[in-house]
Amino acid sequence: MSVLLEVKNLSKNFDGFQAVNDLSFTVNEGDVYGFLGQNGAGKSTTIRMLLTLIKPTSGKIIFFGKNLAENRGEVLRMTGAVVERPDLYKYLSAYDNLYIFAKMSGVKTTRKLIMDQLELVGLAERARSKVKTFSQGMKQRLGIAVALIHDPKLIILDEPTNGLDPQGIADMRNLILHLSRELGKTVIVSSHLLSEIEQIANRMIIINKGKKIVEGVVSELLDPAKTVVELETLDNAAAFDLLKTSSWSGGLELSGKYIRLHMDKADIPALARQLSASGVGILSLQPRHSLEDYFLSLTNAENHVEPVTN
Amino acid sequence: MKAYLSVLLTLLISPAFAQQDINVLIKSAKQKMALVNDYEALGRMKTNVAFLKVPVATVKVYFKKPNRLKVKSEKGVSFIPKGAVSINMGSVLTDEQFTVIDAGTDKVNGVAVRVAKLLPADDNSDVVLSTLYIEEATALIRKAKTTTRENGSFELEMTYSKYASYGLPDKIVFSFNTKDYKLPKGVTFDFDDGSTPAPVDKAKGKKGRAEITFSSYVINKGVDDAVFK
Amino acid sequence: MWSLLQIELYKIAKRPRTYIAFVAIAAIAFIFQFAFKADGASYLNLMLQTVSESFDLDLKKSMNGYFMCYIILNTLLIQVPILVALVAGDAISGEANMGTLRLILTKPVSRTQIILVKFLASIIFTVLLLVWMAVTSLFFSLLIFGADDMLIFRNKGQESMILQITQDDIMWRYMAAFAYAAVALTVIAALAMLLSVYAENSIGPIIATVCIVIVCTVISNMNVPIIDKHVKPWLFTSYLVGWKGFFYIATTEDGLPIKGSIENWAAIRNSLYILLGHIAVLLGITIFVFRKKDILT
Repeated sequence: MSVLLEVKNLSKNFDGFQAVNDLSFTVNEGDVYGFLGQNGAGKSTTIRMLLTLIKPTSGKIIFFGKNLAENRGEVLRMTGAVVERPDLYKYLSAYDNLYIFAKMSGVKTTRKLIMDQLELVGLAERARSKVKTFSQGMKQRLGIAVALIHDPKLIILDEPTNGLDPQGIADMRNLILHLSRELGKTVIVSSHLLSEIEQIANRMIIINKGKKIVEGVVSELLDPAKTVVELETLDNAAAFDLLKTSSWSGGLELSGKYIRLHMDKADIPALARQLSASGVGILSLQPRHSLEDYFLSLTNAENHVEPVTN
Repeated sequence: MKAYLSVLLTLLISPAFAQQDINVLIKSAKQKMALVNDYEALGRMKTNVAFLKVPVATVKVYFKKPNRLKVKSEKGVSFIPKGAVSINMGSVLTDEQFTVIDAGTDKVNGVAVRVAKLLPADDNSDVVLSTLYIEEATALIRKAKTTTRENGSFELEMTYSKYASYGLPDKIVFSFNTKDYKLPKGVTFDFDDGSTPAPVDKAKGKKGRAEITFSSYVINKGVDDAVFK
Repeated sequence: MWSLLQIELYKIAKRPRTYIAFVAIAAIAFIFQFAFKADGASYLNLMLQTVSESFDLDLKKSMNGYFMCYIILNTLLIQVPILVALVAGDAISGEANMGTLRLILTKPVSRTQIILVKFLASIIFTVLLLVWMAVTSLFFSLLIFGADDMLIFRNKGQESMILQITQDDIMWRYMAAFAYAAVALTVIAALAMLLSVYAENSIGPIIATVCIVIVCTVISNMNVPIIDKHVKPWLFTSYLVGWKGFFYIATTEDGLPIKGSIENWAAIRNSLYILLGHIAVLLGITIFVFRKKDILT
């Protein structure tokens, strides 16, 4: 499994506002990679930087082993995207829209190629209808067809289910799974809904205020048996160094006066024993909540209630 | 000494003696013109007016007795001076009622001429005064100055050759007064190319000239009345 | 590049607003032709002023198709910048407004290419407008009024004059004038395009372009010595009427027009240089700004 996208220390500063702050993550070939964060967390800014719509203030984006800044054309030829709303030329037909974007992607277009693509997204019968007559779901599907027309390796979908009805959401989910499983595409899909990411993504990242909260395999991150433990010791730095070499190093982070660990609840006694044995003076050790609760607390920041610890 | 004096006297007086009565001269000029009932002449007109930048025009001049005259441009657009009607001398001479005053002699382009001033008897005539410069030997009008009530003054100079026997000139130079030309402001949106025009000669600016050089005349073959409309 | 241009032209061709310009031009030309067919003599008399007291002029011959076209262009070339702005001002902002800008910019086409293609498409649109203008204002006028020598009424400094150009010496002047107008209008297109980069809807840059053209035209027509000397030479609007230079025929000392001549070719050439300079600068800024722009729409 090779690395398809590597983002290193990416930052974007808009007139003093830090939209993305030192963000790093990796997408592997074949992943359906969930990009999770509340509205305004920096998802769109990050995705726009991946697509060269926004210039990063600092950091590196490496696609297929190549620096995006220097290999823009080549990278974009292998990438398809729907950014936010699937806006298309409303006064043109579905067919014309596909034709235009296929041409722009440098694809040798044939009628068959375009009709096949429309077939894939279930719009073959409306090929000649103007886009302005389309429902939101149809536009979304046509947007996907546009993203796919040049047979990209990587597909980036920014909030693809926004504005869709439940049936539309289900269709979109199936389409993404089809792209991944049948066509072997790598998909990056952003959402502010954990439930959505949970159903389709194999790996994910959660960001908040432009910073990475956690990145990993979805099934592991969302395992109900796992929890976030907050640890406070007499010497956090020493304890942190110690834990780095332990079996709990995954998801280990030092923030403020706490050390955070993502771990199995069942392992808590073992952790306490090891710390004591190593002479770490524990001030407090408490499981805060599951990742899901934690994310919900972020998304519900407005009417925030201190989550119940489990 | 006596002989000398008599020679001197003869020299001084003899031209006066040789001179015919001015009325007779005008009459013979008229007679010459009377030979022409109508004509159609082809010519080229060169207009020289400060504000008019127009090319040489091919014109046709139509005349019919007693005093109908029309200048028409053969091809394209032409500015025809309004007083051009007086290039027909007949317009002065056909009018029987005028008083002739002998104004002596002069020279027009090196040709000795008699000068006659014609005052129309009719007080309401548009022409106030005509001055004719007539070559005595041929009875051809070499130059004419006309002052009118309505159309200002004109001056005509004529050169004769092929059609001299009919009293018709080969070339006429018509001088007339023009008014200042000023375009209404703000209608042209001109392209200001930054060049400054040469200062206009005020005196020149008010004088216009038109030269017509005739190449051929068709005389007394009849002219349709319609052309004068 | 060619296929991108085709796409761009296709998009322009499919938009109804594109045709507003063509309808407007035809309407203006038709109204003029109708009015002058009905009463062209009074316009000619206005222009002739006192000349008609001293000269006879065949008004019917003077009121010919060539003359008609000159009158129409006189008015039309002041309005056409608005029509050019209508398309060029929409070039980027329209895509931003529709949301398609972010889509085309995620395609493997550089932003410079996109600007160049859109600019080229605007030029083609402008040229088509001018061709249409030639058809409606020149050829239709010739059909309606016939062809003859053409009179040009001109103010040169404090001096007024009437120039006459013979029939066989006119057509090339019109072709040259239309070509010049294409360059002049391309400046408008470049300006509208630059403003278009900054905006997220097309109304703003269209109105801003028109306002700039109006303000600059007013300044260009002011008669204040300090402005004449230091401002006017650098304002593109001072050169929008430069096409008329092709109709200012040179004359001999005697005032005879010289067939096939132009009085001040150097002035026309300099105007063209200044207009081309404007285009280069405006286009350069447009590309620079657009390349750096973060697409947030």
